[in-house]
Amino acid sequence: MTDRSPSPSRRSFLAAAASLGVAVSFVGRQAHAADGAKKLVVVVCRGGMDGLSVAPPIGDPGYAALRGAIAIKPEEALKLDDTFALHPSLTSVHALARQGQARIAPAIATPDRARSHFEAQDVLETGEAKVYGADSGWLNRTLEVMGPGKTEALSVGTTAPLILRGKVQAASWSPGKGVDEAARLPTLLQDLYKGDPLLGPAFARGLETEAMAQAAMTALAPPPAPAAQSGMMMASTPAMNAPRMNQPGGRPADNRQGREAARKLGSTLAGFMRQADGPQIAALSLDGFDTHAGQVGQIATRLTYLDAVLDGLHEGLGPEWKNTVVVAVTEFGRTARANGTGGTDHGTGSTALVLGGALKRGGIIGDWPTLAEPALFENRDVAPTLDMRGLFKGVLIDHLGVDRADVEKKVFADSAGAKAVTGLV
Amino acid sequence: MVDRTPYRKGEPGLSLPSKDMMAAIAATRFGLGARPGEIEAARSDPRGFLQDQVRREGADIPRDDGESTPVRYAAFADLRQERRAARQETRMVAGNDMKPIPLVDAPGANAKSDAQKDVQRYIRQKTTGDFLARAQLAADTEAAFRERWALFFANHFTVSQTKQAASIVIGPFEREAIRPHAFGRFEDMLLAASTHAAMLTYLDQAQSVGPGSPAARYQTRKGRRTGLNENLAREILELHTVGVDAGYSQADVTEFARALTGFSIGRAQDPDIGAFVFRANTHEPGARSILGKAYAQGGEDQGVAMLKALAADPRTARHVCGKIARHFVADDPPLALVKRLETRWIETGGQLDEVAKALIAAPEAWDPTPAKIKTPYEFVISTWRAVGGRPASFERLNPILTSLGQKPFYPPSPKGWPDEAGAWASPDGLVKRMQWTQGFAAAVADTRDPDALARSALGARLSEPTARAVARAETRREAFALLVMSPEFQRR
Repeated sequence: MTDRSPSPSRRSFLAAAASLGVAVSFVGRQAHAADGAKKLVVVVCRGGMDGLSVAPPIGDPGYAALRGAIAIKPEEALKLDDTFALHPSLTSVHALARQGQARIAPAIATPDRARSHFEAQDVLETGEAKVYGADSGWLNRTLEVMGPGKTEALSVGTTAPLILRGKVQAASWSPGKGVDEAARLPTLLQDLYKGDPLLGPAFARGLETEAMAQAAMTALAPPPAPAAQSGMMMASTPAMNAPRMNQPGGRPADNRQGREAARKLGSTLAGFMRQADGPQIAALSLDGFDTHAGQVGQIATRLTYLDAVLDGLHEGLGPEWKNTVVVAVTEFGRTARANGTGGTDHGTGSTALVLGGALKRGGIIGDWPTLAEPALFENRDVAPTLDMRGLFKGVLIDHLGVDRADVEKKVFADSAGAKAVTGLV
Repeated sequence: MVDRTPYRKGEPGLSLPSKDMMAAIAATRFGLGARPGEIEAARSDPRGFLQDQVRREGADIPRDDGESTPVRYAAFADLRQERRAARQETRMVAGNDMKPIPLVDAPGANAKSDAQKDVQRYIRQKTTGDFLARAQLAADTEAAFRERWALFFANHFTVSQTKQAASIVIGPFEREAIRPHAFGRFEDMLLAASTHAAMLTYLDQAQSVGPGSPAARYQTRKGRRTGLNENLAREILELHTVGVDAGYSQADVTEFARALTGFSIGRAQDPDIGAFVFRANTHEPGARSILGKAYAQGGEDQGVAMLKALAADPRTARHVCGKIARHFVADDPPLALVKRLETRWIETGGQLDEVAKALIAAPEAWDPTPAKIKTPYEFVISTWRAVGGRPASFERLNPILTSLGQKPFYPPSPKGWPDEAGAWASPDGLVKRMQWTQGFAAAVADTRDPDALARSALGARLSEPTARAVARAETRREAFALLVMSPEFQRR
């Protein structure tokens, strides 16, 4: 029996991604993704990312009292304005913010209020007003309306994230040992799968993708262009947490290594996006944000990786950074008060990060409801003042140039109450 | 291929397939794939073959080291104590220089990293041993439906290695809280799972403190902050019992979390380390109500009474029976099937052996069209079963399961592994299954008759195209790979 051992050179970045609990997804369109095209990266932070740690409102009189021992100390926080700062781990984001290339939306939420991870992630990814509103993801529907054009999707890993699932078919790929195209077996199996509506298309796509991904990975080191037929790719690795990721603290040595790997992941993703047929849209997810206990160390580790991925993207995109918007969001925020176990429980409003060279300089996105007790949502959470779909809609319309009517009717149907955020780019 | 001979048993409009087909379905859909001879054994009475596997004393116990949760926790606590001591030493050495030195470079770092390694080694040794024993049971067992049923409930009450402190007791958790109750009352399983150290650790319950409890008042005087953690309470409602659509509110979650304060685990200094302990001094006093039902003040009894009421709630019956039907039959199961299971659940007060028998009796469960795709674990185990073998080491399982997205003991969230065909029949997953099968074939196929193997593994489910492809293959290895990758082997 041969146990597989992926060749580390070409595939190491995706393996590294898996070990960090990061999933990468690329989506692009045929021939439009070369240099010069507008690019969008969506980062989904899973588990309920604590907005009050991402961008602590250190100038809000309620903050220190509500958070007690897990409050970010004002002297350690990276100052943004009189009210807000960034978590000390977000050094690269802070550097971008000082150049007007990173902004925060500090009280943002999906329309879901159930505080269930699974429901809220569904709503975030489908872009619907309520759970089970659709079984396709809004990024997939974006591609649909951006068509025509032969589109192709690549999901690295075993399961495609909902945000990318839909009519525009997705393939998947993750580090493996490659397929010998001359072998008889794949052909014979394709025959056997002819009558199977699920296995047939999936297997055919798997074989195509394997060939394409090998070309793409080889092409990562400079020169160009995979032999890929056409453009849209998406990738996600199975969300696997290395055990230490969920441990409070995370040791310094681990963090250094993890940070380096995460940075590499970001710059490699950027490399994909800069290829001639590379993806124009990418989605990436980072898990491990469910900080019920031991939050201080756990979130520092996760934000360190987030910061490193974003830094890698920024650097790797180089001159293309000016054509790029990156949005980092989570399914819900966490309770404004610390709980009894050095953590926080499921809440509502959280913080989104919006970055990119395409961004206009400006203050916070949306209003800040404050942490005054009467202002808290149900006397426990940051009250959301901005519907996440409004942010997404604004980015699709103003940045990617997607037709407004299509966005309103097809991508985010049922979102009339969530006005598109304008003037971001 | 499908023999649609009517086989009515008072079910107008529903016909059962032939006994040959039912024997094949019994081994593949209800079980973990046929071992040589299994379909033959089920042939005379396929339903009876399954009914006989249902037994009050519960599921089989894997032959791991048999250590109980307290034994594991005690050993782990000792190792961690050593690690702490080593770290302490490192810090003192570093402190002598009056400047911070990175831990890795500090003198004495070797002692620390040895202790650290011991902890890691212990975790690895226990989790891999537990997982291998479980996989070997699955590969060997002649009562594979019994094992599938236990695995379903282990996934229903997920505990994952994503929380390191829980990882060494996932095996004991299944042995102590799930398997003994697999065919008992759901209420007993819910109580056992909700009071087990593994669950109390995984979902943070052990540290939750009632804000108005004596312990909280004491801590506050000392300037320390303690309080509620609602993680377990929420997941019991959302995932383990009534389900997310039951209509509970945030207030219900919070009240339930308050009622559960005090549910904790014996600590290192306690005589009962690793055992369930009710800490009255951390319990939030007071009467309360959840889901419209009032509960008197009563310490431990209050939380227990709520758990019992949740177990008896008809919404729990609907939620869990829907999951059972989805797991065994189809992603979108026939409503009549769910209704049958639900009715039996309610009639018997959640008696799981009776629900299992209702599933076996239900004609909808015997539809010859296989709607489900095997999970990676089911696929890998069923391949071993097809050749009458078993995995000899954890390393035989870990790489393939990890690359197919089902890393051993690492379900991604408290919701457990997904159960939908779409989640596992991914393009990449299929290519990986094929690659692994080729390696497997190289090791086992040369000494076996592929046609006989195809018949013993699939029985009447073997389709003509697959039989033909196997018969025409160029080599035994190719024949074996075609069999294992055939649609009817991948599906169940």
